[in-house]
Amino acid sequence: MNGAQALIESLLQEQVDHIFGYAGATICPAADALKEHPEIGYTLVRTEQNAGHMASGYARVSDKVGVCMVTSGPGATNLITGIATAYMDSIPVVAITGQVPSHLLGRDIFQEVDITGAVAPFSKHSYLVKSANDIPTIVKEAFHIASTGRPGPVLIDIPIDIQEQELDFFVYPEEINIRGYKPSVRGNELQIKRVVEAISQAKQPVICAGGGVFLAHGEAELVKLAESTHIPVVTTMMGLSLLPTEHPLNMGMIGAHGNVCANKALAKSDLLIMVGTRAADRAVLNPSEIQRRMATIHIDVDPAEIGKNMQAAIPLVGNVKVILDQILDRGPSADCSEWLGRLQEMRREELKRSFPARAGYVFPGRFLRDLGEQLREDAAICVDVGQNQIWACKHLRLRGGRLLTSGGLGTMGYALPAAVGVKVAQPNRQTVVICGDGSFQMSMNELAAVKCAGLDIKIILFRNRVLGLVHQIQSTPAYHGPFGVALDGSPDFEAIAAAYGIPTVTVSEESQVESAIDCLLAQPGSVLTIVDVHPDATTND
Amino acid sequence: MKQTISVLVENQAGVLNRITGLFARRAFNIESLAVGVTDDPTVSRITIIVDSGNSVVEQVEKQLNKLIEVIKVRTLEENNLIGRELMILKVNANNKTRQDIMTICEILGAKVDDVSPTSLTMELSDTPDRLDTFQAMMRPFSILEVVRTGVIAVQKGGGKI
Repeated sequence: MNGAQALIESLLQEQVDHIFGYAGATICPAADALKEHPEIGYTLVRTEQNAGHMASGYARVSDKVGVCMVTSGPGATNLITGIATAYMDSIPVVAITGQVPSHLLGRDIFQEVDITGAVAPFSKHSYLVKSANDIPTIVKEAFHIASTGRPGPVLIDIPIDIQEQELDFFVYPEEINIRGYKPSVRGNELQIKRVVEAISQAKQPVICAGGGVFLAHGEAELVKLAESTHIPVVTTMMGLSLLPTEHPLNMGMIGAHGNVCANKALAKSDLLIMVGTRAADRAVLNPSEIQRRMATIHIDVDPAEIGKNMQAAIPLVGNVKVILDQILDRGPSADCSEWLGRLQEMRREELKRSFPARAGYVFPGRFLRDLGEQLREDAAICVDVGQNQIWACKHLRLRGGRLLTSGGLGTMGYALPAAVGVKVAQPNRQTVVICGDGSFQMSMNELAAVKCAGLDIKIILFRNRVLGLVHQIQSTPAYHGPFGVALDGSPDFEAIAAAYGIPTVTVSEESQVESAIDCLLAQPGSVLTIVDVHPDATTND
Repeated sequence: MKQTISVLVENQAGVLNRITGLFARRAFNIESLAVGVTDDPTVSRITIIVDSGNSVVEQVEKQLNKLIEVIKVRTLEENNLIGRELMILKVNANNKTRQDIMTICEILGAKVDDVSPTSLTMELSDTPDRLDTFQAMMRPFSILEVVRTGVIAVQKGGGKI
């Protein structure tokens, strides 16, 4: 057995059933070994970055590690944004790259790049394989590291000669012991007790939940904690869809682009319970102010998050699901019905809002609210970056399901490849892409993957012919007007979709919204819906 | 405030790169860094001096702990550690100045490693403060070269990190 075969055999041991990739010279031995295993599916992307995003979408809905595999040099550097995107959102991904022959490393030969060095700042770990005999252990470690503790991307760089090297023997390790890597699981009981006490004394508590709740699969526990104590919940962008929009305890999304009600809840609270969130700048503009005003409980699996952006009165390190269970075991109760009542009233008013209408255009908020009501309860909604992201986060009526977006790195073009990953993992799940005409053009080449596998993905494209969020920023007094944001030269998206065999519905009047959504959802197979949006529409409207 | 962080790491290629990369990326400043293998050949010990407040040092510790190859991190208590640095210093010396230089060496406990008609090369292992003093005393004789290792340190008493 050679290194490449050992690699594929190891992936099988890890129950890998799909790889997103792009072949090239230095990964050919691995591709050759993969060819012998049709039980592992393969998606050929059209640029390597999207292999990372597909693996990410796959991982986020499947409770498994996403795997992508590309060649050395430009293949590896193209993948970098995919790895960084996964890192910033803590998504478990294993990326495999080919590398030039090990005896030529460092000579700057054709398609050589130091990829382990390049990704060090934004990967959880990386390996440059020196001997084929190490492959089973390295793969085992990589999957363990990627999927435990705070998840994240791990890169394995394998020189072509190592892929071709014969192993002395192949044994897949049963378990591994990495002495420098022992993530905490259970929370400290004393701290748990303090949390329950603090909750019982708070008059205006609020739970702020982030993406870490999904990562720990603690969704049910979070809802249980909120429902048993009647503590209102706000979420970060990464925590959206933890609760349905109209759940009586859901006060919406916090942050610069968030809901008024959620931000008020955060600002006026006397006990902030942060669960699986790092409180980054977009979510909490002024952490020191929050810290000054209220007591905070911070629950996170990564000890480095405690005190990084905000100091917590009661830090709790461990697996979020386990810790929530520990708290629930003590039967926490809170007395905050007056506070909840006030917030609920504010929330009801906010949800009732109307949207500005312009002839010849549709306001995205209106469209998204209606869309959300028509989607299946478990729909996966992949949202891109730009105004479309803010609109979707603010206005999409979620009845459950799962919202996926690049919240940390803010990578345009994430939504479509992520949706492909979702579909590969869960072919029967209703999957929607929400994007703008800017972000769509960053990854529309992946319609090839949609066509190739006959995937059913409903794509909503907000067309305002401008890079809207930048346009919006440039229109503030800090700048002197828009520059370099007009999307002149954009193609006829209907023709693009048709070229991939995908039908299009275009909506440019508010009155057409209802029938367009019906048509979009009733039609089997992928459909592109182009929604015409006025270029001056902003996320504040 | 200067603080001494002691780090046990896997003795593997690329580990030092990860550590210095982490300091660069998180905008932590390294005052000095010294690395060498321990009595266990698979483990190296890195001593890092940083000049930062407690909250920064706490964050440095946590970020270091996240690196897979880092086995243990400990900030040593400043008033309870033995910290030493080695310096080799080469200075201009002739028949007129050699004796004066030797006197300073004697006072501070420096050892002469090499002598030539025009120079003296000395070594001194001591605390960074005393190395600074030695260096300052040598400056009038015109220093040719100075090389310092950076501090290595252990906690006093019977414990270990």
